[in-house]
Order: sequence, then C-alpha cells, then structure tokens
Amino acid sequence: MLSLYNGALDVPTILKEWYEQESASNYGAYIPFVGTVREEDGIEGLSFDIYEPILIKWYEAWKKKAAERGAIIKMAHSRGDVMLHESSYIAAVFSPKRRVALELIEEFVEDFKASAPIWKYDLKDSRRIYALDRSTAIAGSGILGAKS
Amino acid sequence: MVRVEFLGPIQKEPLELDIENLNQLAAILQADKSLEMWLENSAVAVNDTLVGSRDVVLQDGDRISLLPPVCGG
Repeated sequence: MLSLYNGALDVPTILKEWYEQESASNYGAYIPFVGTVREEDGIEGLSFDIYEPILIKWYEAWKKKAAERGAIIKMAHSRGDVMLHESSYIAAVFSPKRRVALELIEEFVEDFKASAPIWKYDLKDSRRIYALDRSTAIAGSGILGAKS
Repeated sequence: MVRVEFLGPIQKEPLELDIENLNQLAAILQADKSLEMWLENSAVAVNDTLVGSRDVVLQDGDRISLLPPVCGG
C-alpha cells in the first residue's frame, strides 16, 4: 500500500490502520519507520514535490521484491508543507519473522532516499528552498550533460 | 513531436520538440545555460521509465522527464 497525503501525516492513525489491516495475517513482525521534521538551520518546516507515475513504479518493484521474501511493505508520504515536529514519511514492513523485516526496512528506506522521485525544500522566511546539498542524484543521472 | 518535462525544482516550462533521439535533445538543452547544472545531475525517463543511456529511439508522442537529485522522507 502506497498512500500520499497533502500535508503532515496523521501518524497514530496510519500506524493503527496498518496494524489492524494485518493483525490477522499471521505476520510475526511489524517494523515501522517514521520520519519526523527536526529543527535544524532555522527551518520552519519542509515541503515536498512528488512525481507520482515513477514513484508508483518504484514502489511496485519493491512490493514484488518483498513478496519474494514473504513480506509486505507499506508506505505513506506527504505532499506540500510539513512543519517542525510533524511527520512526512512512514514505511513499514510486515514479515513472518523479524530478520527479514529488519533487513528489508533498512534496504527499502535507503533505496527510497536514493531513488524515489521526491524533492525536498526547506521552508525558511516563508520561502521554499530546494535542499540540493542533502539530495542524491538518481543512478544513471547526467546522460544529457556535456560531460557524458 | 515529443514533450519534455522538467520535474521538481527545475523551474522551466515543458518543451514540445521535433526530435528523434536523445543526442538531439542533449544538444538542444545544452544550448540553454540555465540548464547546465541540471543536465549533469538529472536522471532521464522516457514515458516514465528511467533510461541509462542516450541510445533510445524516440517516437512521436513520447514524453521525456528530467528528474533532478531526490530527497524524500
């Protein structure tokens, strides 16, 4: 399940919904990761753009990889503005045993950071500033550049 | 014609171009100095599938997207 919301995530509700969806599915492990906006460099919050067609393809590929290991992955993300101490991202893995869930949540969140087509902006003095220095070029970037 | 879209923080309106391959696209976009950094750090998708080289033949109606560096979460 991939869910996108406008603004901050309602973390308790989403975690509870996911728990209830799978409570009778015979998974022994449920490992959620919640990303919360921290106070840093005087920001008021963060803002996100998402390119949904490629995000959906990326997520579907992960869903398949998880299924091959007997697990499922759920993810929620915010569009637009998310203020300090609110949350913009939740990922969770359900699996029969803890080892697969622990490994998958790490692999999934790392690849999410490196590949998911989402752009982050700092909100500062009511301006939206692209967080280039914290962003990662997607694998294979630069093919249209003069250096390639 | 193909449509070229600039995603996320690249502040540029979409282009409609009469081109047949990504080498032609690279030449056109490299002439725009405001895109210099973005061409070096952006990934390219044709019809929402990422491509790893310029070795792609474009068809009429194709949609090309430039995806600059990402940071979800």
